Amino acid sequence: MEPFFFWILAGGLLLSALAVVALRNPVTNAVCLVAALVFQAALFITLEAPFLAAVQVIVYAGAVMVLFLFVIMLLDVRVEAHGKVPWVKVGGVVLISGLALAHLPRLAAVFPFSSQVLHWGQGKISGSAQDLGHLLFSSYAPLFLATGVLLLVATVGVVVLCRRDSHL
Amino acid sequence: MMGGEITLGHYLALSGVLFLLGLAGVVLRRSLLIVMMSLELLLNAANLALVAVGRFQGLPDPQVAVFFVITVAAAEAALGLAILVAIFRIKKTTDADQMATLRF
Repeated sequence: MEPFFFWILAGGLLLSALAVVALRNPVTNAVCLVAALVFQAALFITLEAPFLAAVQVIVYAGAVMVLFLFVIMLLDVRVEAHGKVPWVKVGGVVLISGLALAHLPRLAAVFPFSSQVLHWGQGKISGSAQDLGHLLFSSYAPLFLATGVLLLVATVGVVVLCRRDSHL
Repeated sequence: MMGGEITLGHYLALSGVLFLLGLAGVVLRRSLLIVMMSLELLLNAANLALVAVGRFQGLPDPQVAVFFVITVAAAEAALGLAILVAIFRIKKTTDADQMATLRF
């Protein structure tokens, strides 16, 4: 069953990611990104990280994407017009992608642990909220506090940026 | 390969392909909104690789790292969209090609 779930979720994730990059209506892109994030949350569950899967859905697919949709509506963006195709950039992306994909098998040989198989339920770590919370509030407590400061700074920054009479 | 066991390499390859897709979006798309969505794809590819390696190696720390990445990504999205709105008020466009000058 595990390979079946993996291929379904991987296919869904890549298809919705491709839709995000390729489609032209911003609202469609945002909805496809929500789909991609939910597929990724499901992949987190196959990796035995249930807490991260929940955070992914609540914070990413929930809060961040609502923010994106709000801005799309606020800006009233129309469907992007077809412009000149930037062939140089397309060539660069194709070149880099081709090189990277051609070297994937070689990378797998360099990292011998990449052929490791670990069945569901056999992982040594639980990834539960309790275990992650213990880590967060013990060895990573300073980082956790710094994250609080970061969010405060981000909030103040957004308020300053969006003031109508700001001299920016 | 289809019927075989799922290895760590499968997850890393998936993460790599997802990263390439996001990279293509960042480089090729002109709408800044789509560029920001592609940035989220890049971060998600990194998250997937981190969680996969952590699980197969039996380390809980990468999951904490992903938790922080998600937090920073939320802050990044909020700030980036605020800058986007501020630029849109002046330029009336989200096209990155129209923002080729440093002063308005």
